[in-house]
Amino acid sequence: MSEEKKKAFQATSRKDAIKTMFKGTGYLAFGGLVWGGYVDNKKKTELVLRPPGALKEDSFIKACIKCGLCVEACPYDTLKLAIPSDNKVVGTPYFIARDIPCYMCTDIPCVPVCPTGALEMTSLYTEDIIPKPDVNKIRMGLAVINKESCIAFWGIQCDACYRACPLLNEAITIEYDKNERTGKHAFLKPVVNADACTGCGICEHVCVTETPAIKVLPLAIATGKVGSHYIKGWDPEDEKRLKNVNSDVDNDKDNSGAIDYLNNSDDLLEDEE
Amino acid sequence: MKNNKYLILRRIIQIGILFLFFSGANFGINILKGNLSTAIVLDKFHLSDPYAVLQMLFTGYIPTVEIITGAVIILVFYSLLGGRIFCSWVCPLNIITDFASYVRKKIGIKPALKIKTVSRNIRYYVVILGLLLSFITGIASFELINPISIFFRGLIFGSIFSLSAVLIIFLFDLFIVEHGWCGHICPVGAVYSVTGKFRLLNIYHTYENCTLCMKCKRVCPEIQVLEIIGKETGKIKSSECTDCGRCIDVCDDNALKFKLKM
Repeated sequence: MSEEKKKAFQATSRKDAIKTMFKGTGYLAFGGLVWGGYVDNKKKTELVLRPPGALKEDSFIKACIKCGLCVEACPYDTLKLAIPSDNKVVGTPYFIARDIPCYMCTDIPCVPVCPTGALEMTSLYTEDIIPKPDVNKIRMGLAVINKESCIAFWGIQCDACYRACPLLNEAITIEYDKNERTGKHAFLKPVVNADACTGCGICEHVCVTETPAIKVLPLAIATGKVGSHYIKGWDPEDEKRLKNVNSDVDNDKDNSGAIDYLNNSDDLLEDEE
Repeated sequence: MKNNKYLILRRIIQIGILFLFFSGANFGINILKGNLSTAIVLDKFHLSDPYAVLQMLFTGYIPTVEIITGAVIILVFYSLLGGRIFCSWVCPLNIITDFASYVRKKIGIKPALKIKTVSRNIRYYVVILGLLLSFITGIASFELINPISIFFRGLIFGSIFSLSAVLIIFLFDLFIVEHGWCGHICPVGAVYSVTGKFRLLNIYHTYENCTLCMKCKRVCPEIQVLEIIGKETGKIKSSECTDCGRCIDVCDDNALKFKLKM
């Protein structure tokens, strides 16, 4: 240790040490809050379509190391890495379906190149004896139709999305309806079936309206959740959930007060008089 | 006579690596694919940024074996060879910060904050803070603001907006703190500083040859590591030395050289 350092060391009193520690903690807290606030803000941008086989958004942003190998593997230039001005998690892959949708390559080249497992193949294999990758198991999002801006709902014949869909007549079907306005024409209304839709976005890409009337949204945004206390009584499978439920109702409770209250109409009658 | 041997060599390697990644992404040449966060070499094995992987582990995600071994390979390689050798021989941001330093000297800009009032130890706290925030927020926090990878991705995939990150670093280094980014803040270099304690490649100073011209101190980006200049013969001990070799380039007295030794 040099002389200078020794002197400095000896000169440090307890008060100085506490002051230094306090200052250091302050700096750390300042940096942590600013930096952490920015990070948390970026994390919350959910409106983004991820490549095939992506983990759930929460896990995906943990697992993605931002190497861009999936982007390099994509033959259609569909995938892009987010840049700071995109307001998405910087460096993670995404695509904008209206610009270039996912064209559903049968060998899914973007997934196996992922080195971290942020995109993973296992969920995409068929359940055959010799499993094969099955593009139709991909779930990148769900197409949602805005009826008011879809010209098919106006009665104009357009089946662009229906025709372009790689799962023709499965993911999008056509519903026929009578056009009461003219009295002699039909509506040919497109309907998206969530069970089959992969979220590839080809429908959004081909939609003829100025701003697409059919849009692919991330699953977390496009889908709802009923809650486990609803049971489909008409569905034997769903009914099974009731099997092991403890159905003992607490009968020890004294209900008489409540019943008396309902039966007791004295107050009401008094009012009438 | 100005000698720029190591400077030129470094630029060739830095730009060469960039070019290999660029051709991997754009011309289908598979020597190096990906980027500095994770690369795949010859389509055979992976290399990963140790600090990025560490952040990932702190978010609670366990990556694949390839990623972890890739990070270990990189960490061991740089640490054994030269510690912060990554900073001055590979990192593309080094070109920018060196340029800022060059411009400042050329037109004589005095930085807003004196180098002595801004601790060089901030970077070690940034390392810890980055891991802490990754744990709390559940996302690799430094990777969200890492200007090295933002710059690198911008160059490879050709997005001009990414260059704003670089411009911030350039202006920060030029006007606010001298050698501000690499010398005070960047946690990537700080990690290699910590692990590079026992590096093999060192700068070696021969006291007998030194004429105390102090040219080396004028060019060194980590001036505190040169404390033995003109005092004693031996290697530069501090692992904050980036092994850039700039001091060797400017030394006219043969008092500095690279030495491969423990």
